[in-house]
Amino acid sequence: MKTMEVSLWRGRAQGRYQNYEVPLRENQTVLDVVTYVARHLDPTLSYRFSCRVGMCGSCAMTVNGRPRWTCRTHVAKVIRRGRIEIGPLENLPVIKDLATDMQPFFDKWQQAKGAFVPSRTRDDPIEEIAPSGAARMAADAAIECINCGICYAACDTVRWNAGYLGPAALNRAWSLVNDERDAGNPARLAAVAASGGCHACHSHQSCQEHCPLALNPTASIAGLKRRTMQAYLRGELEE
Amino acid sequence: MNVRLYFWQRLTAALMAPLVLVHVAVIFYATRNGMSAADILGRTRGSVVWASFYGSFVAAVAIHAAIGVRNVLVEWSPINERHAGIFATVFGCCLLVLGLRAVAAVALP
Amino acid sequence: MTSGRLAHRSNLLWLAALVHRLSGLALAIFLPLHFLTLGLAINGEARLESFLRWTDAPLVKLAESGLVFLLLVHMLGGVRLLVLENLDWRDGQKELATLAAALSAVVAFIFLARVF
Repeated sequence: MKTMEVSLWRGRAQGRYQNYEVPLRENQTVLDVVTYVARHLDPTLSYRFSCRVGMCGSCAMTVNGRPRWTCRTHVAKVIRRGRIEIGPLENLPVIKDLATDMQPFFDKWQQAKGAFVPSRTRDDPIEEIAPSGAARMAADAAIECINCGICYAACDTVRWNAGYLGPAALNRAWSLVNDERDAGNPARLAAVAASGGCHACHSHQSCQEHCPLALNPTASIAGLKRRTMQAYLRGELEE
Repeated sequence: MNVRLYFWQRLTAALMAPLVLVHVAVIFYATRNGMSAADILGRTRGSVVWASFYGSFVAAVAIHAAIGVRNVLVEWSPINERHAGIFATVFGCCLLVLGLRAVAAVALP
Repeated sequence: MTSGRLAHRSNLLWLAALVHRLSGLALAIFLPLHFLTLGLAINGEARLESFLRWTDAPLVKLAESGLVFLLLVHMLGGVRLLVLENLDWRDGQKELATLAAALSAVVAFIFLARVF
């Protein structure tokens, strides 16, 4: 039976890579490999997954230096000289082994005002929004994000600037800025115009390069730059 | 980086783009003809055009470089944002003073 | 946490941003020296003239063409960003970044060829 060498991060911020020998099968995802280690070789391994079919984003890890959904990454695609190295996502505190603390990621989501603010009540008629409208199309282009954290892990501006809200939070803010039903834009634009907001982005496009859904946070952030600049010049930005 | 700093950095960048093109052309002209100091100063001394051109270039670059340096310090050094801002302001003032002095040196009659 | 190279740094646009930042830093360091040199003219042309003769040295000419490259690549890369940030999104950013670098290199090379 063919085998491969798998190197897994064990520990927290301090730790080391530990090697395991795992059967090499014809059809195998990286998540299959991690699960095999946990079930057959080392039950002390901690990792996170849920749907295992590419819908939830829970299984995101760093595979050979690249953040990926492990359930949707075939071993054949990433194996290098019979080896795979798997670590937790970058730019997030490590709880244990391959599981990171997503709290800072979600905190920044809230800081960017990435939550919908209703403008109507249940007693009002439903607002009709045409899917073909320019604003709706801009929102739809950004809306599929499932908060997997891969863009956040791939972004060096996140790594270098602790206050930077990050591509996912700003991308969500952009989708809401374009949501004609939303009433929260004054506070939202002020939030993304503050220090650590959209203006900190250097347009590396690493987020867009690594997003499994092919979203483009760089484009969303560029849109936020335009909107905040308009508001700033008109004196409409809240302090 | 916030909207205010971003505005000033991008504005000065846009203003300087054409100035840079002219400056590169000046560099090419001056080096082709192997101009001496006398040749150069003969053209720039007492010239309102050169004084205005390089005076505005200096003002713009002082602002632009200061904000850029601030960003680099915030991201690549352990200095906190407030101190990075102070250092950048001092740097920008130095550029402004030295730059306007240089413009005066070559453009005053 | 990875022991190897992070994949997102193999992204060409990450490299473009690095070139933009390093060229800006180099220019920021160069500028005060440049201003001080020009300021030599305050006391008359003689000191500026002797400095200009020093710049005739081949190594200095090489450094000058390097500076021309840095100035142009910083400006052209910056213009790419201004377009990206102020106009509607367009794809092809990697191609534009490569074009900016190539143009800068060509002009700097022409400068170098002319001064020798």
